[in-house]
Amino acid sequence: MTLDDIAKSLNGKILCCEEKLSSITVEKAFASDLMSDVLAFCKPGALLITGLTNVQIVRTVQMLDIPAVLFVRGKVPLDETVNLARDSGIPLVLLGTAMFGTCGELYAKGVLSSFDGGNPNE
Amino acid sequence: MSDGEEKNKIRIEHSIAAGDYLKAGGASNDIKETLKMIGIPPNITRRAAIIAYEAEMNLVIHGGGGNIAANIDDKQIEIVTTDHGPGIPDVALALQEGYTTANDNARSMGFGAGMGLPNIKRNSDVFNIDSEVGKGTTLKAAIDITK
Repeated sequence: MTLDDIAKSLNGKILCCEEKLSSITVEKAFASDLMSDVLAFCKPGALLITGLTNVQIVRTVQMLDIPAVLFVRGKVPLDETVNLARDSGIPLVLLGTAMFGTCGELYAKGVLSSFDGGNPNE
Repeated sequence: MSDGEEKNKIRIEHSIAAGDYLKAGGASNDIKETLKMIGIPPNITRRAAIIAYEAEMNLVIHGGGGNIAANIDDKQIEIVTTDHGPGIPDVALALQEGYTTANDNARSMGFGAGMGLPNIKRNSDVFNIDSEVGKGTTLKAAIDITK
């Protein structure tokens, strides 16, 4: 499934880098408001689902090669967050749904967990 | 910041300001982009980026600012941070997952879960902290790139 499919099916509002959505294939996702845990446990290439809105969201996804971010609970990222994401080519999508429901819908569509509790070399 | 190159050695160095969450991560992104540019494999680049970013955030949150450097040669990538902050009274305790002394501001940014130092160690092949209360902390974390 592409990020474009996900954004449309969840009535997402795209904040930046819309042209990239159809080229991003989403197989796994990681949902957290703790960037510390994202840095510790998220596998490469996974979609990030979060309700945090600050600029460190973009820094975290830069470090981890996360292709895009879904913001849940209607949270709107700060201007500096959107600006850095746009400059970095990272699409941001706004959703009105809560994290639990968002994860449930994506799971039902075949998106799996990207939890990595083991070896960082894997 | 200073970038230097000499006989397959690259050094990237940045000064990091305390509490500047807006700029925090910029130095680590510079390190990561350099590693990508010189052809370091993605998995190693990712590990180095995580080490650099966690260490940079520690300077912002705990160290009162400081300095981050990446020393890259044919054998390893070494990330070194130095600060003159309060120091770590009990390094073994600080290395336990879940232990944190982060303030509310850091927590509101999504940090302070007590995963930073353990995550740096987990991604390193060589890891060392030299800390003295009242004087500061030096962290060295290296990845062997010959494996």
